[in-house]
Amino acid sequence: MYQTKYHKPGSVEDAVAALGVAEEGKILSGGQTLLPTMKQHLAAPTDLVDVRGIDGMDAISVSDGAVTIGAAARHADVAANADVQTHIPALAALAGGIGDPAVRAMGTIGGSVANNDPAADYPSAVLALNATVVTNKREIAAEDFFQGMFATALEDAEIVTALRFPVPTKAGYAKFPNPASRYAMVGVFAAQTDGGVRVAVTGAGEDGVFRAEALEGALGASFSSDALDAVSIGSDGMLADIHGTAEYRAHLVTVMAKRAVDNAV
Amino acid sequence: MSEGIGARVARKEDRRFITGKGKYTDDVRVDNQAYAAFVRCPVAHAKINGVDASGALAMEGVIAVHTGPEMKEDGIGDLITGWAITSKDGNPMQCGAWNPMVTTYGRYVGDAVAIVVAETQELARRAAEAVELDYEELPASIGVEDAFADGAAQVHENVPGNLIYDWEIGDEAKVAEALASAHHVTELKMVNNRLSPNAMEPRSAVAIFDEAEDHYTLYTTSQNPHVARLVLSAFYNVAPEHKLRVIAPDVGGGFGSKIYIYPEEITCLWASMKTGRSVKWTSDRSEAFMTDAHGRDHVTKATMGFDAGGRIVAFKTDTLANIGAYVSLFATVTPTYLHGTLLSGCYDMPAIYGNVKAIHTNTAPVDAYRGAGRPEATYSIERMMETAAREMGMDPAELRRKNFITEFPYQTQVILQYDSGDYHKTLDMAQEAADVAGFAARKAEAASRGKLRGLGYSTFVEACGIAPSAAVGSLGSAVGLWESAEVRVNPVGSVEILTGSHSHGQGHETTFAQVVADRLGIPLDNVSVVHGDTDKVQFGMGTYGSRSGPVGMSAIVKALDKVEAKAKKIAAHTLEASEDDIVIENGEVKVAGTDKSMAWHEIGLAAYIAHNLPEGMEPGLKEAAFYDPLNFSFPAGALICEVEVDPETGVTDIINFTAVDDFGTIINPMIVEGQVHGGVTQGIGQALLEQVVYDESGQLITGSYMDYCMPRADDVPSYNLDHNATPSPLNPLGLKGCGEAGAIGSPPAVINAITDAIGTNELQMPATPLAVWTALQSVKTPMAAE
Repeated sequence: MYQTKYHKPGSVEDAVAALGVAEEGKILSGGQTLLPTMKQHLAAPTDLVDVRGIDGMDAISVSDGAVTIGAAARHADVAANADVQTHIPALAALAGGIGDPAVRAMGTIGGSVANNDPAADYPSAVLALNATVVTNKREIAAEDFFQGMFATALEDAEIVTALRFPVPTKAGYAKFPNPASRYAMVGVFAAQTDGGVRVAVTGAGEDGVFRAEALEGALGASFSSDALDAVSIGSDGMLADIHGTAEYRAHLVTVMAKRAVDNAV
Repeated sequence: MSEGIGARVARKEDRRFITGKGKYTDDVRVDNQAYAAFVRCPVAHAKINGVDASGALAMEGVIAVHTGPEMKEDGIGDLITGWAITSKDGNPMQCGAWNPMVTTYGRYVGDAVAIVVAETQELARRAAEAVELDYEELPASIGVEDAFADGAAQVHENVPGNLIYDWEIGDEAKVAEALASAHHVTELKMVNNRLSPNAMEPRSAVAIFDEAEDHYTLYTTSQNPHVARLVLSAFYNVAPEHKLRVIAPDVGGGFGSKIYIYPEEITCLWASMKTGRSVKWTSDRSEAFMTDAHGRDHVTKATMGFDAGGRIVAFKTDTLANIGAYVSLFATVTPTYLHGTLLSGCYDMPAIYGNVKAIHTNTAPVDAYRGAGRPEATYSIERMMETAAREMGMDPAELRRKNFITEFPYQTQVILQYDSGDYHKTLDMAQEAADVAGFAARKAEAASRGKLRGLGYSTFVEACGIAPSAAVGSLGSAVGLWESAEVRVNPVGSVEILTGSHSHGQGHETTFAQVVADRLGIPLDNVSVVHGDTDKVQFGMGTYGSRSGPVGMSAIVKALDKVEAKAKKIAAHTLEASEDDIVIENGEVKVAGTDKSMAWHEIGLAAYIAHNLPEGMEPGLKEAAFYDPLNFSFPAGALICEVEVDPETGVTDIINFTAVDDFGTIINPMIVEGQVHGGVTQGIGQALLEQVVYDESGQLITGSYMDYCMPRADDVPSYNLDHNATPSPLNPLGLKGCGEAGAIGSPPAVINAITDAIGTNELQMPATPLAVWTALQSVKTPMAAE
């Protein structure tokens, strides 16, 4: 009962093999969601395959106008990385604001993106920056990757190996934390990119991260917070709980978008 | 004396706490130890038809599964209430029986149904999950107003309308008459939000039955181990007192929640007897949220009348108090005699009437929590004062000044007689410290940044040092509220204090020793404090209600008086002087005005060697005392909170919080400041962040820190503290008590500041960003939108 076998493979191939033979295998990559879930008996995998030992999995590099971050890079690594700070400072700031120091010392970007928690910070950056999710099998556009709350395009035994972020002209992130958990209740990532202005919202939507087209339209005309003064977002599809009604979250989307734009560098 | 009364001495106990060497109940390891876990009622109200433990019992390492009916068969009693309240019609209160484990009906989510005993904690918890309950879900009453409405689901068959009592205090007719002719009447409905106590150390018990000796030992997280032993013996029939030892070792915070003797602790004792094993149970945080007695949960409609000059002519409150599914030990007195008797606040009110209806609901029991009744009274009064001042166009501080009590002792209209105070000067000091004069400029500066600044007051008085035994007995208390102490002087002159008070964060090992060091002039290090063990200390009433200073230390002083008298006799005899000429100074016992003296340790040695004692004197130097207070003590203070609200998000930032308190004599200023810091932080938690929420079906939404918001360091400012002491004339050291004042006084100061900022009085606690933003949407202030 509740026995779990721990694997720490050194290669993607070994990780896939371990997952292949497991009765109910789970990929472990920081464990900041999975381990608490297991402690509460909400998950009981037979095998944990830790991908942090895979060679090169936590590398961060810059080439061809994009920053590529290995899936096992911890939030603290991303926050402190000089390349990320230089090319996409908003992403470094976002990473430095995830959870608390203990979470940032353990949690990884690949784990966060693959889990697609509706209150996680990273999905907003991945979607707004039009990043590519690199797996052991293929490359997936951000647009196609996120498929609703905790749902992604990942198949069984498909492992996220890296995230590739095109460097934007300008980007900013602003988060309204849940007062109790301090997860994003509304987090807005706004980016000016080669493909136009992209605004992604995390924490607020019933289907997880989403793009806010009304805000993108207004900011496309003028990338300034003033441009959002007259823009309001409808409350349909917004989450509601004891910390925020759907109307309040919808209101905060605009407020946080303005702050993201004001923060943008 | 650098280590005596008034010295800022570092806490003696902190070395072990900060180096991880404290010894808490869960640290206790005994032979033959097994572990318990509880099977709990999964819904708010259910008839339990059967408990199928076969799956659990089949697991290797599971020792036993026992249920409520078996406990009942063994004669274990139901949980008791410690204070009987009489309704206004003269009838005694009615409440439902609380079986330690469910016999037929589960009445809240978390109600204990069965105990599983196993070889490991992990196994016990797994096995508890494997126990299957056959139950029929019944309609439930959750919110206090719903539970009191017509047709509400009945929590207990014998409590019609879920009404436990309908109690009153004061003069209803006089109040009605005064309100009818009042120049101005202010009305407000206020919710005093339900809180979870969240002691850092969860509850825990290690129960040891020694069959050969026919003796029980219980290690437990208790604020009052002697009361626990009394109740376990006299009412729960676990064992007679002399066959039951209760030890409360280091305890990591209580805030009231560890006063009570809960079902789990009783059941562990019984299970130890049933299984022949020592049984340990330690609550996890989820269980703590579910089953630790919650606090507050009042809904109050208040009316206050004023004459044309701004003098209060009458004050009236109607309160519904949520007691939960069962009446916990002191649950009945919290909304009545700890709340209604404080309705005069620090004001000269000629007419007061309070009505309290206590209501059963299908939620966890609600009982005393830091402040216990006094925060609820203070909140009602202080929000009314601020609201009335705004309605009448008066300065809120000036309205308070017009009504302050200025002469002491002062007899209120609601039983209590205040001992001493200087409310005007305390408010003066607070206004100066908070730079109220500069507020308008700060508000304007904030407005230029699009932020809303507000300033709120709370001038409060509270009753501590509970309490004169005869007085509380006449009001329904089952116990007396004196305290005991024993002072043992060893042959080498070192001193051991045995006290019936219990320290679970208060620092008694330091402050109690300071009192002795001050009196005898001996080093602090030569004094030790023993507490928390019924085999060591004969009896005591424990620590709650800010009583360990005014009552507990007074008992020590009374015992020291006896020690000193005997020491002087020994000195007079040895030094061949008159007893009247002997004085104790700087660790010496000497003949005044001469160079004849004995060192303190020589007195101790003389007493125990006993070669040369006055004729007829018994050897030894050890004295005990029981101290029964003459009255409550009445700490008071003036609090000023300054906030800045972000109108875009509803987020409140506390910019400054000033507290000027009157705690009477202060033994250790550092420890007192710590108490104020903690108390105010808890009050800010109540005002801004904390709230227990059940959904409509009675499931606990705030079952973890993901949803229950505790104050963090960045939620509170660096506090601005000062004191204006008027020592209590009614106890030997002039102490008033400081443990609860911060939590009692601060919530209305915060809410008054926010409502000042946002321009509406319609705001309930907790003033979360959502609540403040929602309130702002209903106000058309010029600045609200942009």
